Amino acid sequence: MNADDARTLLRTTLHQIAPEADLDDVGPDETLQEALDLDSIDVLNLVVGLHDATGVDIPERDYPQLTTVEGCVAYLVAATGGPATS
Amino acid sequence: MGAFTMPSLGADMDAGTVTRWLVAPGDAVHRGDVVAVVDTEKSEIEVEVFEDGVVEELVVPEGVEVPVGTVLATIAAGRRDESGGGGTPAPETAAVPAPPPPTSAPPPPGPGVPGVTAGAAIGAGEGADRVHSPVVRRLAADLGVDLGSVAGTGPGGTVTRSDVEAAARLAPPATSAPPAPPAPASPPVPARAPVPVAPAPHAGPARARSSPYARRLAAGAGVHVGALVGSGPGGAVVAEDVIAALASGGAAPQAPASPAGPAAPPAGPAAPVAPAAPSTESTSREDRAARLRRAIGNLMSRSKREIPHYYLATTVDLSSARTWLDEVNASRPVTDRLVMGTLLLAAAARAVAAVPEVNGSYQDGVFTPSPSVHLGVAISLRTGGVLAPAIHDADTKSVDELMAALSDLVKRARGGVLRGTELADATLTVTNLGDLGVDEVQGVIFPPQVALVGYGRVSERPMVAGGQVVARTAVTVTLAADHRVSDGHRGGRYLAEIDRLLQRPEDL
Repeated sequence: MNADDARTLLRTTLHQIAPEADLDDVGPDETLQEALDLDSIDVLNLVVGLHDATGVDIPERDYPQLTTVEGCVAYLVAATGGPATS
Repeated sequence: MGAFTMPSLGADMDAGTVTRWLVAPGDAVHRGDVVAVVDTEKSEIEVEVFEDGVVEELVVPEGVEVPVGTVLATIAAGRRDESGGGGTPAPETAAVPAPPPPTSAPPPPGPGVPGVTAGAAIGAGEGADRVHSPVVRRLAADLGVDLGSVAGTGPGGTVTRSDVEAAARLAPPATSAPPAPPAPASPPVPARAPVPVAPAPHAGPARARSSPYARRLAAGAGVHVGALVGSGPGGAVVAEDVIAALASGGAAPQAPASPAGPAAPPAGPAAPVAPAAPSTESTSREDRAARLRRAIGNLMSRSKREIPHYYLATTVDLSSARTWLDEVNASRPVTDRLVMGTLLLAAAARAVAAVPEVNGSYQDGVFTPSPSVHLGVAISLRTGGVLAPAIHDADTKSVDELMAALSDLVKRARGGVLRGTELADATLTVTNLGDLGVDEVQGVIFPPQVALVGYGRVSERPMVAGGQVVARTAVTVTLAADHRVSDGHRGGRYLAEIDRLLQRPEDL
């Protein structure tokens, strides 16, 4: 999975959890949770959604790496053995 | 025969609209089946049926707003089905009693004579069940005719199909000038203006008939019903036609006489073509947010007006709960993990056993404790507003079951489809604002409930343990409770019980 795939996956997964949320509204420094007003259930559903799509089992201790859009993308690319770009 | 009525989905609901029927006449239904989707001020709700049987007739068509208690459909207890069975639309002609020759009938009683004004099919009126045939009632509903204002020429003064058609012709929807009068804000009580009976076919201008709901929709959108092609019975314009017209972009107000120019006001120099077709979706979404806000306002005003609230707060050490949760989650695949919120819900539900006075309803001066705990969970909608659907029997569910129920509920609340019983029957509500970083909540009770539990942020804070100040994971729990039912002493006992339960998370 490359960075574009990861971004697309993040977008579609978020859309299922928070249809009103728009990834484009999230600045590079903002956390997804605050920018999109996600609660802990949403965050868990996001992780579950990413897991279902990629098969990657994301341990709780890795959650902090998923707080921003870029963090999520980088994590997914690395976890799926994709090209280390972007 | 049973009647399936518009349910009250909360203390603040007085009307609803069936947006979709999920069953047809002839379908077998069982208690608990979802048979319709109802649009309320709050949300789209899936409504369940409470008996077994066969759907006999759908009395209220899709798209018509009716008061709570209105018969929406009739359900026959057995398999037998008299008219229009087999799932097909009723063969209308067959079931209509032929109007007797005018001469043989007793002089038609004037409008308003008791026994004839059986009440409209829409807007309630049990008498209608007995007096008019289902087909006639359906036709009247479709054509927007108030049966109560039509004098019948049938046997015993019943209203026949031709009476309804005649009345519909006599009282066409406003076809001139401004489309339909401004819609009344309250549930549509069919116009009571008595319509004289015209046994002979009326030769008046056969303008488009339309359903009341279609007219209101059209009025709201500035569309002229007369300019639309109806797809309803007898060419009547129904709500779907209005919605289709809006969606197709030909929605700009149309003059009936000039169907030519689709939506382009030639004048208005810089005027962007009138916000022509505001997508119905976004419009209804805005509407819903506004209506939800009003519904919440009404309910909370009532709460503050009627309920003598008292408030308590305590801080609960969650160190053991945190440790337990981390261990459990570490050993579980991502799909089976728990969130702290689930433990907090479990504790609130289980603690009821020690202090039942916080669980139930207060109505007409009487508190009725509930034998089960249907735990309402306040869920904020990102479009604005809050819903508090219930997790049924939360006190007997395992933490895993609660987690699944919570996750499902959050998804559906935000997706906009909840079950009727979920919104109607919570016996105690929990609000958890911790994810927003709020330290504590002073809640407002949802009437007719008698208590609301509030959880703030779960965070590390300085606490004293063993004579030393140490950092502990903790949460502030609050209780807003009804003084007509309990006192601070009992409320405090309830919070203490929550604390005790959260110290032994493995037992939850």
